[in-house]
Amino acid sequence: MLPRLLRTYLSPYKGWLSAIVLLQFTATAAMLYLPSLNADIIDKGVAQGDTGYVVRIGAVMLGVSLVQAACSMSSAWFGGQAAMAFGRDLRKAVFARVGGFSAREVSTFGAPSLITRATNDVQQVQMLAMMVCLMGVMIPIMMVGGIIMAMREDLGLSWLVFAVVPVLFICIGFVVSRMVPAFQTVQARIDDVNRILREQITGIRVVRAFVREPQETARFARANDDLTEVSIRAGRWMALMFPLVMGVTNVAMVGVIWFGGHRVDNGQMEVGALTAFLSYLMQILMSVMMGTFMLMMIPRASVSAIRIAEVLDTDSSVVPAADPITSVDVAGHLDVEGVGLTYPGAEAPVLREVSFSARPGQTIALIGSTGAGKTTLVNLIPRLLDATEGVVRVDGVDVRDLDPELLWSKIGLVPQRAFLFSGTVATNLRYGREDATDDELWEALEIAQAADFVREMPDRLDTAVAQGGTTVSGGQRQRLAIARALVRRPEIYLFDDAFSALDVATDARLRAALEPVTRDATVVIVGQRIATIRDADLILVLEDGEVVGRGTHDELMRDDPTYQEIAASQGITSEEAVA
Amino acid sequence: MSESGGKMKETERIVQQGGPGRGPMGGMVGQKADNFRASARRLLSLLRPARGRAVAVVLLGIASVASVAVGPWLLGKATDAVFNGFIARQLPAGSSKTDAVAGAEARGDSQYADFLRGLDIIPGQGVDFGKVGQLLLLTLLIYVGGQVLGWLQGYFINDVVQETVRQMRSDVEDKVHRLPLSYFDKQPRGELLSRVTNDIDNVAQNLQQTMSQLLTSLLMVVGVLGMMFWISPLLALIALVSVPIAMFASGRIMKRSQSQFINQWRQTGKLNGQVEEAISGHALVSVFGRRESVEAGFDEANEALFQSSFRAQFISGLVMPVMMLVGNINYVVIAVVGGLRVTSGSMSIGDVQAFIQYSRMFSQPITQIASMANLLQSGVASAERVFELLDAEEEIDASVVTTVDAARASDAVREDTRGEVAFEDVSFSYDPDEPLIEDLSLVAHPGQMVAIVGPTGAGKTTLVNLIMRFYELNAGRITLDGTDITDLSRAELRSRIGMVLQDTWLFEGTIRDNIAYGRPDATEDDIRAAAMATYVDRFVHSLPDGYDTRVDDEGSNLSAGERQLITIARAFLAQPALLILDEATSSVDTRTEQLLQHAMAALRTDRTSFVIAHRLSTIRDADLILVMENGRIVEQGSHAELLEADGPFARLHAAQFAAAAV
Repeated sequence: MLPRLLRTYLSPYKGWLSAIVLLQFTATAAMLYLPSLNADIIDKGVAQGDTGYVVRIGAVMLGVSLVQAACSMSSAWFGGQAAMAFGRDLRKAVFARVGGFSAREVSTFGAPSLITRATNDVQQVQMLAMMVCLMGVMIPIMMVGGIIMAMREDLGLSWLVFAVVPVLFICIGFVVSRMVPAFQTVQARIDDVNRILREQITGIRVVRAFVREPQETARFARANDDLTEVSIRAGRWMALMFPLVMGVTNVAMVGVIWFGGHRVDNGQMEVGALTAFLSYLMQILMSVMMGTFMLMMIPRASVSAIRIAEVLDTDSSVVPAADPITSVDVAGHLDVEGVGLTYPGAEAPVLREVSFSARPGQTIALIGSTGAGKTTLVNLIPRLLDATEGVVRVDGVDVRDLDPELLWSKIGLVPQRAFLFSGTVATNLRYGREDATDDELWEALEIAQAADFVREMPDRLDTAVAQGGTTVSGGQRQRLAIARALVRRPEIYLFDDAFSALDVATDARLRAALEPVTRDATVVIVGQRIATIRDADLILVLEDGEVVGRGTHDELMRDDPTYQEIAASQGITSEEAVA
Repeated sequence: MSESGGKMKETERIVQQGGPGRGPMGGMVGQKADNFRASARRLLSLLRPARGRAVAVVLLGIASVASVAVGPWLLGKATDAVFNGFIARQLPAGSSKTDAVAGAEARGDSQYADFLRGLDIIPGQGVDFGKVGQLLLLTLLIYVGGQVLGWLQGYFINDVVQETVRQMRSDVEDKVHRLPLSYFDKQPRGELLSRVTNDIDNVAQNLQQTMSQLLTSLLMVVGVLGMMFWISPLLALIALVSVPIAMFASGRIMKRSQSQFINQWRQTGKLNGQVEEAISGHALVSVFGRRESVEAGFDEANEALFQSSFRAQFISGLVMPVMMLVGNINYVVIAVVGGLRVTSGSMSIGDVQAFIQYSRMFSQPITQIASMANLLQSGVASAERVFELLDAEEEIDASVVTTVDAARASDAVREDTRGEVAFEDVSFSYDPDEPLIEDLSLVAHPGQMVAIVGPTGAGKTTLVNLIMRFYELNAGRITLDGTDITDLSRAELRSRIGMVLQDTWLFEGTIRDNIAYGRPDATEDDIRAAAMATYVDRFVHSLPDGYDTRVDDEGSNLSAGERQLITIARAFLAQPALLILDEATSSVDTRTEQLLQHAMAALRTDRTSFVIAHRLSTIRDADLILVMENGRIVEQGSHAELLEADGPFARLHAAQFAAAAV
């Protein structure tokens, strides 16, 4: 996956990449040229006592150094451009892909997982791209170039290079192969330690209520010891790394002087070449070292690349119509006809044979236990999901044929989990209709029973709201979400369990206030409380994806055992209802 | 896709990695300590228990750096021996060095004569491999010895740092149990969690890096400089000129890249925030027709991130070439000046070679020291935040609860606690400026069920928190069976009380462990019995691993209702004399709701119980109903009495059943 991502998303920057290769090549060549020039200084200048030559070559070396620096700097520029643009494009591709997902794909991946993939995973791969752009190009050039130059200086001594490089590679490889898993364990243990601390802090009341401090401390101490133990192990490998590399390098240097000395003595080699050879060997070993470290990054980036590719390779199950219908004649008509939904590979359908119709002014309520399919059914209407059987029609048109923008413009959704966006109260309320006036916002707040607390907020409409709405309480968040849908003045309201976080009195007031507003709209309410839904024109009782009861409250109280059971659990008996 | 298990962890990882921007050096960038010196000193003092090893570390460092510093010089000597042999071989054998010099001068080549005069040669004789061998053997020993010492140093540093950090974590965990609850209320949770996790991790990482690198780098600079001056003061001075240039250049670049990294981190945070929001609010974004504007916003942030991260990468990418350039210029100057000095006979070729190596060994630690400043800054800032936590004021007479205490306390429970609770003129407020509960008195007789009702913020939860002694009273007293609860140890008091909170906190472990939480010594039968009585057993059987099913972080494999049932089982197993129940407001489907109520009823039997009720239908059987408003009890009595009184309770009741009565 990793090579595929790199290939695909780096290809627009081929020009820059070629520039990098060229620049890095020049820079490395310049760097490799320096020891050779220095050898000349020694052999032709110093050994011959030619001071003029020494100065002349010195000037050349200076020029070569400047070229080298200029090339490295420009390649840092191109490398940064290419790698960061790669990251930007990849991030955009993932984000766009997720944007087109239906509720089904979002829930199969899980929102947190998608977030990680679009952010952290992209960052991991981007970092690797950066390494590839800079070091990935330089290391092979430096290694091959170094070997060539060393061989050119003295072929007879080059066996040393071929002896030392594998030794170093094996040494580093050995330590790294022990160290990397150890550090992975360290990370896992850190997660454990942090998880326990997090549990203790979030559950502090429970810990104290049950007097579990000693056990908690013991549990933490165990995790802490485990972490320390493995950290020490990993750290010891790490401590070995540098001395080992340096040791190998040092032994190699001594070897060069010893064997090179014999060749000098035999007249097969000049002293300057010996010094140059030493420099080349160092450069080669350096590149082996950097190369090994770069290889270490690959496994991690590969995992990220696979996770990114999974997103990019997933198609949305909801595909917009090729030739969408962009205008309709009626408004607020909702017809659900024999709708069923079975996830591919699943044994049982999530929804089976659900039908109902609603016209403006009507309220349809859905009630049933968790997992009965209420939210799934609601999600079919704005096409967050597509049914596998039957048809959902809005204003007489199959939602699959409607222009999504048109469809959505008709709908006001209040989801089960009230979610607010970061910004202010006002920007949240205007989320569905940007041109709404302040008066309209207040009106919606009044209806949603949210005006009182907004008025008490420090900056009223302009009060800042944190992402997710965590700065307001659950009940307030729910009411703001309702107000947000109201501001939109849609033809169809979808309240997915939007009232359950409210206390009973607020719920009652809110519904009373809602009544005149929704008189001309179609309303679908998912509820838990009988009180919330009892006035609906039609109540559907769902169980395991099927409609097991339908009718008005009174009818259901009379005939439907499931409904009666629900009512009874809320202290409403049929006698009371009749009374 | 088995993603559900790790959801929480993944989001957290974002906070950790994408959050406080990890700079290129691995530390958190851009944070500064308020009081650097004091905090740094305190951080160092943590190393005190490992004093002996810390001294060893310094000594080992000195020894290893010394041997590494001597190496190139010895190697240079060996090169000299080779070079001398090389030159000598070209001279006629049998003659002496003086002859050769005289010969050169006779030719008028005074320069070559000087050069020869500086050499230690016997004309005609080749390389003296006996001498070269000795030198190289010595070099090899010193090098290898130096690396072994360096390894030992790293080994000890690692041990010392890990043990210090372990102690720090353990101190923090200890502290968590000594802090008053009000501390947790005041601190934003994320902030507190970040202190105990990210900050400690950062300290650990930085301590390790700075301890091993700072010391070695400093010693290396001193050692190498010493060697350089010893070999050739002139060349050493020339090399020294490059130090301020290198320091200045890398310092400037790093400072600029630092601010760019902070900028990049900000942009990353901003973009990640947008991504998170767009994905979390996915349905809303679509249905409210905001996809386009969300994408436009994303593009803008993405572009900004591109710009800032490019700049950060580019500028930080300049450090290497610039340092290399300075190093190379140094190299050239040394090669030229050294070459000239060799030809004039005042320096040997081996010394020049050694010098070149030294100048290379010299620039690296300088760059490291420069980058260390930032790392140190960030590490100390993190340490400071951890110290702040450690210094926070503790609970009144906070004592670490030992296992013995806890066992004794739970024995006490099994003695007869009658369960009479009395509030006598109790006043309490979280914030002195906002009185909450004032002059509250009430009595709950043994076995009674006391229901507390009232709007949000009326002080219902506070009331029960006071019974648990989670907070200290401002005035008045609370008694349990006539004893002031402050005369009992917290462990004794709390062991008598079972609590079921709204927030269904479960820890990551099996369902069995979670039920047994309140009584670690519970047998399997006890656990089963509790689970049966509280309807947990029913759904546990439908889980693949039964009681061994692991509850994950977010408990996403269990519904809200099931989690609540487990917390009830947990309280049931603890067999408390007194119960505190906080009814869940979260949406639980009706079937589970029924089970919950049955389970709570089972739990209440024969116990004094305080129930915070949200649905009035559940409290008809209460012996006493307290109606709270603004921290006061505005009404109390039985269900029938209160309805009769036609006061606040009757109004509440009417509102709730308004719909039902249509």
